[in-house]
Amino acid sequence: MIRVLNWIDERFPLRKLWDEHLAQYYAPKNFNFWYYFGSLAILVLVIQIVTGVFLTMHYKPSSEHAFASVEYIMRDVPWGWLVRYLHSTGASAFFIVIYLHMFRALLYGSHRAPRELVWLLGCIMYVLLMAEAFMGYLLPWGNMSYWGAQVIISLFTAIPWIGEGLAEWLRGDFVVSDATLNRFFAFHVALIPLVLTFLVIVHILALHSVGSNNPDGIEIKKNKDERGNPKDGIPFHPYYSVKDLVGVVVFLMVFLGIVFFAPEFFGLFLEKDNFQPANILQTPPDIVPLWYFTPFYSILRAVTYPLFGVDAKFWGVVCMGLSIALFFVLPWLDRSPVKSIRYRGWMYKSALGLFVISFVVLGFLGMKNPQHVDLFWFPNLVWAQIFFFVYFGFFLLMPWYTKWDKTKPEPERVKFK
Amino acid sequence: MDDRVDSKRRRFLTQVTATAWAVGGVFTAIPFIRSMTPSARARAAGAPVAVDISALEAGQMLKEEWRGKPVWIVRRTQEMLDSIAKLNGILADPDSDRSEQPEYAKNAHRSREPEIVVLIGICTHLGCSPVQNFAIGPDSGLGEDWPGGFFCPCHGSKFDLSGRVYKNVPAPTNLVVPPYKYLAQTIILVGEDDGGTA
Repeated sequence: MIRVLNWIDERFPLRKLWDEHLAQYYAPKNFNFWYYFGSLAILVLVIQIVTGVFLTMHYKPSSEHAFASVEYIMRDVPWGWLVRYLHSTGASAFFIVIYLHMFRALLYGSHRAPRELVWLLGCIMYVLLMAEAFMGYLLPWGNMSYWGAQVIISLFTAIPWIGEGLAEWLRGDFVVSDATLNRFFAFHVALIPLVLTFLVIVHILALHSVGSNNPDGIEIKKNKDERGNPKDGIPFHPYYSVKDLVGVVVFLMVFLGIVFFAPEFFGLFLEKDNFQPANILQTPPDIVPLWYFTPFYSILRAVTYPLFGVDAKFWGVVCMGLSIALFFVLPWLDRSPVKSIRYRGWMYKSALGLFVISFVVLGFLGMKNPQHVDLFWFPNLVWAQIFFFVYFGFFLLMPWYTKWDKTKPEPERVKFK
Repeated sequence: MDDRVDSKRRRFLTQVTATAWAVGGVFTAIPFIRSMTPSARARAAGAPVAVDISALEAGQMLKEEWRGKPVWIVRRTQEMLDSIAKLNGILADPDSDRSEQPEYAKNAHRSREPEIVVLIGICTHLGCSPVQNFAIGPDSGLGEDWPGGFFCPCHGSKFDLSGRVYKNVPAPTNLVVPPYKYLAQTIILVGEDDGGTA
């Protein structure tokens, strides 16, 4: 065995890579619950790729056969239902894991210097994941698939002058059609997964070059022992590799529970209108995107006033784009001298709390009819407009409230809490 | 032989090669980008559709498919026409100045014949198909003074019975009127008029 390893090592830096990224990668010893979601995101990516490959063995990317081939997978292919439900539940699980992973960064300042590039790569992957999920959702060719794609592609028509041509180019037709389905399939199964996997590797390389952050938001590289290893660090393998495997077991218990007993998850993971084939004459009565897009969808719908002589439609699209784009500049909006929420004052704590509430409420409102009253007093549209300002306030006021906020001194060494 | 590197020469060669590659790259991208535009088959699929409206009763609507889009044909009653004539104040583009329609439909009733209107049933906001709601007043669920029209469930845009858009809704312009002509008194050809095929 050793001789085989030596033979490889003379030709490929196998042991060097193993040491650099696992056995000799020193991660802070005080990781808590929030640090499971990075490795879980990789797990879900693997689940999606594996189940996706098996789905393509039976799925047919044509407007005539797509819907029937998905039903064929569900009814006639041995274990096809399992593969398909793993894939559809995996899509929602991906977003849950990624949202918690991003929230961890906001808690402990993992996006701040010197980890801005790690964060930017993550933001790019998040946008790609949204594109991946959106294109995947067209593939079953259900009625919600069809009209959802119709609406999202129409967003591009709001761009002045080139919008109409751009939408036509994306669809490959004058409406969403067979051509659109076919190219979405190509992007969904080949291009985007390839780029995503590549970016995951770059994300990890960038992280391992600067070192992991931790719940105290201080740099463990400042305190090194005589061998040059961080005093507050422990090797990723076996400490965190084994810990993460336990996290995987807990995750799979919840995940498979949903796959086996509630794969539609009350219409949130699979919408009821999507059990009907696409009908180009009939929009579903309540058209909503899947839950992970609804906060942004709420923002799109909240803009109903024209401004500077330009339609509300254009501004709605601009605000929706901005609501995602602002994540990219987050490391530069934060002016606080400390990174972790443990040493920040009440201003950032309240701002982050309000932001989470606005994200959840906008997400809820995005699934509801804007004219109805589902909360209290006002119609949903008015609530969406109120939380629209809370959402943007978190980002746009950040340079001020993080500067004014009274912080506590950071400790010299990491603490367990 | 001189061992020194002529760095000027190196830089020149690197830049020239890189420029040539960039230009070549742009030209190579063109066929791939072009291949994603609507194909010849998709362009040819837009043949006109003939619709028989003899069975269409007053106050009713029928749906037809043209170029993969829903086309609505509504036969309006005289009361309907009278009611929409009073709406100008609450409409965003009552005279259809900013909207898309053939010249013969740019009038008060947005059609060739006053009672029959032909519309593309796609919301000008983000492409949903609005639903017909011809009930009047509270029965419609859209308020006391709703005179009947179309409501888009996606983002709440409202249109009157001529497809004209209300003020303060997300849709910017009126529903599109496709080119059409009468082949006979009760047969409409959607997608072609005397100006030629659309």
